[in-house]
Amino acid sequence: MRAILTLAVKSAWARRLTLGVTLCAIALASALLFAVERVRHDARQSFTQAVSGVDLVVGARSGSVQLMLHAVFRAGSATHNIRWESFAALATHPVVDWAVPLVLGDSHRGFPVLGTTPDYFRHFHYSDRRPLVFAAGQAFADVFEAVLGSAVAAELRLEVGDRITLTHGMTEAGPGHDDKPFTVVGILAPTGTPVDRGVHVNLESISAIHLDWVAGAPLPGLAIPAEFVKKFDLQPKEITAFLVGLKNRADVFRLQRHINGYRGEPLMAVMPGVALDELWQTLGMIEQTLLAMSALVVVIGLAGLLATMLASLNERRRELAILRALGASPRELFLLLTAEGLLITTLGVAFGLGLLAVGTFFFAPLLQAHFGIILQWRLFAPNEWLLLAAILATGLVASLIPGWRAWRMSLADGLTPRN
Amino acid sequence: MIALADLLYRWPGQAAACLDIPRLEIAAGERVFLHGPSGGGKSTLLGLLGGVAVPERGSIELLGSDITRLSGHSRDRFRADHIGFIFQQFNLLPWLSALDNALLPCTFSARRLARAGNAREAATRLLTHLDLAADAWHKPAGELSVGQQQRVAAARALIGRPEILIADEPTSALDAPRQQIFIDLLLAEAKAEGAALLFVSHDERLAAHFDRKIALCDINRAGTVEP
Repeated sequence: MRAILTLAVKSAWARRLTLGVTLCAIALASALLFAVERVRHDARQSFTQAVSGVDLVVGARSGSVQLMLHAVFRAGSATHNIRWESFAALATHPVVDWAVPLVLGDSHRGFPVLGTTPDYFRHFHYSDRRPLVFAAGQAFADVFEAVLGSAVAAELRLEVGDRITLTHGMTEAGPGHDDKPFTVVGILAPTGTPVDRGVHVNLESISAIHLDWVAGAPLPGLAIPAEFVKKFDLQPKEITAFLVGLKNRADVFRLQRHINGYRGEPLMAVMPGVALDELWQTLGMIEQTLLAMSALVVVIGLAGLLATMLASLNERRRELAILRALGASPRELFLLLTAEGLLITTLGVAFGLGLLAVGTFFFAPLLQAHFGIILQWRLFAPNEWLLLAAILATGLVASLIPGWRAWRMSLADGLTPRN
Repeated sequence: MIALADLLYRWPGQAAACLDIPRLEIAAGERVFLHGPSGGGKSTLLGLLGGVAVPERGSIELLGSDITRLSGHSRDRFRADHIGFIFQQFNLLPWLSALDNALLPCTFSARRLARAGNAREAATRLLTHLDLAADAWHKPAGELSVGQQQRVAAARALIGRPEILIADEPTSALDAPRQQIFIDLLLAEAKAEGAALLFVSHDERLAAHFDRKIALCDINRAGTVEP
C-alpha cells in the first residue's frame, strides 16, 4: 500500500502540467467560493453590528443606503451638507433626547476623520447596545485633540501623547494640514465596527484646520498659526450628518416625517435598522446568486479534474497493467486513482485558502474603505467548515469515478492492456 | 515448479472453452518455449498463471501451492513474491529511471527485497549483466530505446530471484539480430538465478536455445480463438 501511494505521488508529479492546471482551477474556484461566503458573512455582521441605540440618522437628501454608508460606515462621501442652523433647530425639537453632529471629509493616513462632539462617545452604541469604551486616555476636550479607533492606533503604532497631522480628503496624497498637528488624547477599545478605523476630533478642530482654506484648498498668502485659532468663531457652518436619539421611541415616525418635510433645506432621516434591512433585502438575492454561482464554479473545477483523470486513464492503461503484474490488486489501483483525485482536490482547496488569505490581506482595507465591510481575520466559521467538507466530499465523489474505472479496467485487462 | 492439471477456462459469456489443458508441468530452473499463433489463448494462459484470472475447473500449482484455491488478494501477493513478468513492450513506467524501474518489485514484495540482499547493488549487477550501459541507468525509462527498455524489463523480472519468469513475446518489438541477443541474455540470467522460464511466442525460430519446446495447440484441447 505504501508502495502504491509513493508511486501515486511520483506518477502525479510526472503529469504535473495537466494536473497543475486542474489544481489551479480548483484553487481559484474554492478561493472564490470561500471569498463570497466570507464577504457575505462579514458584510452581514458588519452591517448589523455597526450601530445601535441611534433612532435616526439625518443627512442631506440622497438615498437612505448612501446616507447610512457615509454617516455610519464612513465610506463614500456625502453629496451635500446640512446647515448648522438646521441642525440646531432640529436638535432642540421637543421629542429629541440627544443629537450628535458629524463632519466627515478629512483623513489621517487613509483613516477617516470624524468631527463630532464628546457626546458621541456617550450616545453612540454598537452591536447589542454596547457603549464605546476607552482603552486609554479620555475623550477630547479641546481643539487639536484626537481620539483614535483601536485599529488606527494598532496599525500606525500610536499611543496617547503622540502627535498626528490630518490630510484633506480621503487619500493620503491630499493637501495636508501639517501646520496644525493633533495630540492623541484617547484610544478606544476594539469594537469590530467602522469606529475602530476612525480618528475622532471635535467639530471646532475641523473648522480650525480649514480657517485659512477656501473651497478645498489653502488660501495662498494666508496662514493662521495654530495658537491663534481660538480668536476665531469655530462653530462650523455646515455638518455632514447627525445622529438622533429620542426621549420616546414611539415618536420616531413623527420626527422622521418632520425632518423629511423640513422647510429650511432638503433633508432626510432614516431609521438605521430599517435602512439596513432594506439594504440587506437588495443584497440578499445577489448574495444567494453569487454563492450559488461560485458553488457551480467549484463543481466545474471538479468536473475538470474528473475529465482530466478519465482522459489520462486511457494513456495509463499500460501503467495499470504493469502495476498489476508487480502484484497490485484491483482494489489498490482503485485506491491509487481515488487518492490521486483526492490529493489534487485537497491541494487545490489548500492553495485556494492560501489565495483567500492573501486576497483578504490586500482587499480587506479596500472593502472597508468603499463599502464599510470589515473582513475578520479568523479561522473557519461553522459555515465555512461545511463548505470545506462539501468541496472535499464532491472531490471524493469525482475521484471515485476514475478509481472505479481503473478497477474495472484492471479486472478486464489482466496483465495485457487492450487498446 | 509449475503444474497445471485438468484446466478449463472459458471467456465470460462464451459457450466454447478457450483453454482446456489436461496437463502441463515445468520443473524448477527449466527453460521452456511455448509457441502458438496469435490469439491462441497464450495471454489467457499467462493471466491464469499470474493469478489475475481464475479457471472454471482444474488446478494451477505453483511452487507446490494451488493458486486457484487462494483469495484474490493472496494471488496478488503470490504473483508479487514469486513471478517476474516481461511483456511485449512498454514494460516500464516511463517517468521512473531505468534503475528505479528495475527496483520496483522490491517495493511491492518484502520477500523479493530480502532475497535481493542489497537491492540497488542487485539491480545494477543485473543491468550490467544485461548489457545496459551505466549512463542509461538514471535516465527516465521513456527516453531509452526499445531494446534498452526490454533489458530493464528483464532486470526487473529477475530482481529478488523469483522462482518463475514469464515472458510474453518480449522480443516482438526488437529487430531480428537483437532478438537472439536478448533471448540469450535472458536464458543466461534465468540459469544464473535458477529461475524457471516460460517464454511465450508465436515465432518458432526463436526456440533454438531452450530446454524444451511446447506447442500450445498440442496441450490445449480447445481449439477456439479468443476474442
